[in-house]
Amino acid sequence: MSGAARQAFVSRRFRYGMVWPAVLVILLIGLFPIVYTAIVSFQNIDMFGEDTSFQGGMHYARLMSDARFWQSVLHTLIFLVVALPLELVLGLLLALLFLDRLPGKQIFVALLILPVVTSPIIAGSTWRLLFDNRYGPINQMISWITGEPATVLWTVNPVYVYPAILLAEVWQWTPFMFLLLLAGLSNVDQSLNEAAELDGAGFWKTFWYVTLPIIKPVILIACLIRALDLFRLFDVIWALTRGGPGTMTETVSIYAYVLAFKQFETSYAAAIAVVIIVLLSLVVMAALRRVEFAR
Amino acid sequence: MRQTRRTLALRYLLVALALIFFLFPIYWLVAISLKTPDEIFASPPIWIPGQIQFQNYAVLFKDGDVWTIWNSLVVATISTVVAMLLGTMCAYSMARFRTGGDHFAMWVISNRMIPPIVIVFPVFLLYVKLGWVDTRLGLIVLYTAFNLPYVIWMMRGYIQDVPIELEESALVDGCSRLQTFRLIVLPVIRGGLFATAVFTFVFAWNEFVFALVLTRSDATTFPVQVTHYFGGQSNFWAKIAAMSTLGTIPIFIAVAMLQKFLVRGVSMGAVKG
Repeated sequence: MSGAARQAFVSRRFRYGMVWPAVLVILLIGLFPIVYTAIVSFQNIDMFGEDTSFQGGMHYARLMSDARFWQSVLHTLIFLVVALPLELVLGLLLALLFLDRLPGKQIFVALLILPVVTSPIIAGSTWRLLFDNRYGPINQMISWITGEPATVLWTVNPVYVYPAILLAEVWQWTPFMFLLLLAGLSNVDQSLNEAAELDGAGFWKTFWYVTLPIIKPVILIACLIRALDLFRLFDVIWALTRGGPGTMTETVSIYAYVLAFKQFETSYAAAIAVVIIVLLSLVVMAALRRVEFAR
Repeated sequence: MRQTRRTLALRYLLVALALIFFLFPIYWLVAISLKTPDEIFASPPIWIPGQIQFQNYAVLFKDGDVWTIWNSLVVATISTVVAMLLGTMCAYSMARFRTGGDHFAMWVISNRMIPPIVIVFPVFLLYVKLGWVDTRLGLIVLYTAFNLPYVIWMMRGYIQDVPIELEESALVDGCSRLQTFRLIVLPVIRGGLFATAVFTFVFAWNEFVFALVLTRSDATTFPVQVTHYFGGQSNFWAKIAAMSTLGTIPIFIAVAMLQKFLVRGVSMGAVKG
């Protein structure tokens, strides 16, 4: 081999040699699950029988008329549609509060961010203790305000489970929005705002027409990350209600878990997994292109 | 912007309210872990433990429950080290030679978006055949795979920030590619490397769905153990609080050390703080 060709060969080997170990490992989550669940979803496997015959689209047909599945989709969407805007607006307001000079800012930000790095299952468990009807401080605080003993069953009463879960969810992830938006806002050139104010625009007007368009990419990315997390919401609800009372707070992820690991409907759970992957891939692909995630 | 003393005072007041809201649950958890049983089950609740005592923690050690913290530590540490090693190599090749191009990079990060429940289901069926259910090895392999896309994506960004001229002059001086990577690039990106490792560790440490499905007793991690304390009739409050505190404080300390990288770390590199 000539020198140049040899060099090209070595460099090629180096390039791909660095990549393939990682790719092989990623295939365990990136390729194997999709192929395997797709195959299983067309079979007829459960944990009790020996039957592994192919059944065509039987499970997909069943899915279409499974009310519990569509309700779990609805529950997931409710959490998404309520929690995301709340977290965004609260996070944004909090970020605006920190924008100007504020002695002690760094310490405050460091403290505010603690819920984000707490394990979601621990966050949910903590809120379950706070919501406890007899030994929790929340009913106690309510009784201070109303003047009579409060006995709200937060995690059992159908009227209160959604507010309870949403409170825990918003508590944990508002600081995430806050952190990203504060970073975005801090990068906005202050002279732009000053110019707008010189031209007679008030604070909110300047914010709406000058600042907001500049930080729009940050907002979109923060929302995308949160939306994907909310779509697979599991931990907080598991800790607080396990999907109950009944199936009232069951999300798609929880229903899939129950089917696969409590009712052992292997093939049917696989069909749901395939539907989730397909739906999500479409959404993610569209979203990623839009926000130019790749910078 | 000009601000009067009054607006500054008002802002501090609002910040104080926000701090109370976001820190109170954490305080409450720690407070319960220090209470005696009588104080825990007082109605109305007691806000400040009368005498600080560590009996609830001692019980965790006596009953052997801390074993699950050890499991978490082993699984999170090993999977982080492996993911960092494989991921940084891969990221270097992608950043410097554009190996695979943009589509490959997109494919890598999209693996991070798949809901865990969808991944864990077929992996469970595979592990049953391999005999990996309820082993730390099984969790380590899965956490490594799930964290790799994050590591690759983050490290690719940090490496792209290194001026290529640094490497070129090293190559001219007779360094091999591998030497350049080890001696020039790695020292420059050590901050990002460390931050990414901490976030990877925190993810594995906090993870629940994979651990819930893939462990029974031997390999149980601490988040799963905490859910075991919630019973149908009664909850083990003292253990819930002590175990949760034990598993959360180290994370707080680790994250406090990397404030500078926080924004970039949690936004998957999309926002640079």
